[in-house]
Amino acid sequence: MDFFHVLVVLLESTIRVSVPLVFAALAGLFTERAGVFDIGLEGKMLGAAFAAGAAAAVTQSVWVGLIAAILISVLLSLVHGYASITQRGNQIVSGVAINFIVAGSTVILGEAWFRQGGRTPALAEGARFQIVNFPGADAIREVPILGPIYADLLSGHFLLTYLAFAMVPISWWILYRTRFGLRLRAVGENPGAVDTAGISVIWLRYRAVICCGILCGFAGAYLSLAMTAGFVKGMTAGKGYIALAALIFAKWRPKNVMFACLLFGFLDALAIRLQGTPLPLVGQVPVQLMQALPYILTVILLAGFIGKAIPPKAGGVPYVKER
Amino acid sequence: MSTPYAKLPGWVEYGLVPLVNLAVAFIVAGLVVLLVGENPFEAAYHLINGAFGRGEYIGFTLYYATTFIFTGLAVAVAFHCGLFNIGGEGQAYVGGIGVALACLWLDQTMPWYVVFPIAIIGSAFFGALWAFLPGWLQAKRGSHIVITTIMFNFIASSLMVYLLTRVLKPLGSMAPQTRTFAEGGQLPKLDWLLSIFGLNIGTAPFNISFLLALAAAFAVWVLIWRTKLGYEMRTMGHSPSAARYAGIRESRITVIAMMISGGLAGMMALNPIMGEQFRMQLDFVQGAGFVGIAVALMGRSHPGGIIPAAILFGVLYQGGAEIAFEMPSISRDMIVIIQGLVILFAGALENMFRPAITRAFATRGQRAAAVVQTKGA
Repeated sequence: MDFFHVLVVLLESTIRVSVPLVFAALAGLFTERAGVFDIGLEGKMLGAAFAAGAAAAVTQSVWVGLIAAILISVLLSLVHGYASITQRGNQIVSGVAINFIVAGSTVILGEAWFRQGGRTPALAEGARFQIVNFPGADAIREVPILGPIYADLLSGHFLLTYLAFAMVPISWWILYRTRFGLRLRAVGENPGAVDTAGISVIWLRYRAVICCGILCGFAGAYLSLAMTAGFVKGMTAGKGYIALAALIFAKWRPKNVMFACLLFGFLDALAIRLQGTPLPLVGQVPVQLMQALPYILTVILLAGFIGKAIPPKAGGVPYVKER
Repeated sequence: MSTPYAKLPGWVEYGLVPLVNLAVAFIVAGLVVLLVGENPFEAAYHLINGAFGRGEYIGFTLYYATTFIFTGLAVAVAFHCGLFNIGGEGQAYVGGIGVALACLWLDQTMPWYVVFPIAIIGSAFFGALWAFLPGWLQAKRGSHIVITTIMFNFIASSLMVYLLTRVLKPLGSMAPQTRTFAEGGQLPKLDWLLSIFGLNIGTAPFNISFLLALAAAFAVWVLIWRTKLGYEMRTMGHSPSAARYAGIRESRITVIAMMISGGLAGMMALNPIMGEQFRMQLDFVQGAGFVGIAVALMGRSHPGGIIPAAILFGVLYQGGAEIAFEMPSISRDMIVIIQGLVILFAGALENMFRPAITRAFATRGQRAAAVVQTKGA
């Protein structure tokens, strides 16, 4: 295999594994920009993946699955919102709680309903997302350089993949070019000022949390309806935390979020690719080092050695109106 | 900002409020059991019976409780300093290196009472080391402790897979674990302690590290409430600006608190490695670091609350196994749900029922006052 072909395959799998990261990291972007920390991305994604797998298996409809995913994810977000906005509880604690509740209940309910060891039944053709092929993709494949790029990199992905990457500019537009976005960012920096302007801090934060739920729903649906045909227990496997890392790595900016997710996705794809093959100069790199690299990079970034990641100022602080 | 809630009597604050929160968590868990199509009361019966029905079961319950006392104390110490150490899982995992090294080095030549102290120091050292970096990064570079400790959990997991598959595994073996320790690497069981009560612990791995856990709980109490360092930590936890004004060196206290926390988490590794399996395996921590969060929240970060909370989770782990055996549709993942619900209701939603309870006490107080007044007239 020549180098170019390897690269195309590698980039293709990078895109495939980055999609849930992009959705989840954008989801985190909305809440964290509004001042609500969310380490429950993992749990919401897992809950959504289970809901999607279960609903699609029962109804044989991919769209019902997607809607179920979004509903469950929004519901979990509202629990997080209730705890951290209305009850002014500790946002980290609430996120941890949601991760555990979902991790346990997806297995228990999955086993009780389907009896396949925590899996949902394998989905048939119509009950999962199909690959979208661009017109003329097969005809052009043989053209050198451009052919594989068009046929394998641009074409041949799931609808949700295109949606994920479309969500990046859309999120940017919402956050930076609409009134809602301006207020959302303001509420994460200085909720007192927003309150003084007569805008409800609580309602704004709830809306941010709902946005997060919707996006996590897409992430979960992608996992169980597109990437694999059905839900497998614990299938998020830490992706929610990687997305969180990507969000911080991206310094809470939409465009950077996409590149951070692609970078972490690339490392993931590379780790699988390099398994057991020695590299020139450095010799064989342990797979475990490649797997730990996103986390190590985030720690280094957080420590301020690659620029400084400054979180939204009011992040993690419940808003109390002075009386 | 003013305190949003009125002060309650001590027994309400530390007894009733946590109990109400716990009760709600269990009611919701019961609903999940109903949803699965089983009888929650039957599940509760199997839970209690599985945890206390026989001497052996009690031995297992206390074995799990030992682990959770360590991780609960670890989270609590950091809490007092205003730090959320979510990395107990990774610190305990890395702490295992200290235990394994001590045992692999000395188990064939020395008796357990020589190996044990070295293993304690080793586990605390490695656990503290794994907490030192996040603590130092928070203190000196301002990176958020929650995020760094999460990242360190994942890094620890990769590191341990690497060590167990490449370095610590004996030659010619396929399983990712160390060799089995000889006599010197095996802690004596506490069968005599339970036989005082006429109980036979059978095969339960209830061992001497339980006493170490109790000693650690006492030491944490002394540290937090009876020493200058503990006072400084609590001051920082309550008000960082007051601490700064009082001349407390924040970064020093942060790093020390995290290292104590990590050391306690690391000591958890003694119990499964030297007390049960007599070797270090992949994933021997099994989520105990996260259970520590629930235990610390339930125990209100006080050793006197952490020990009963740890025993409660011991009951859930041991009794949960019994439920899974008797009612196959409720696997041990039920414990994870209960754990999450306890964290939610005792942690994030701890104030949900407080207004109602406060109101109840306020009206009762008024009525009592009114009675006194009429009597006086």
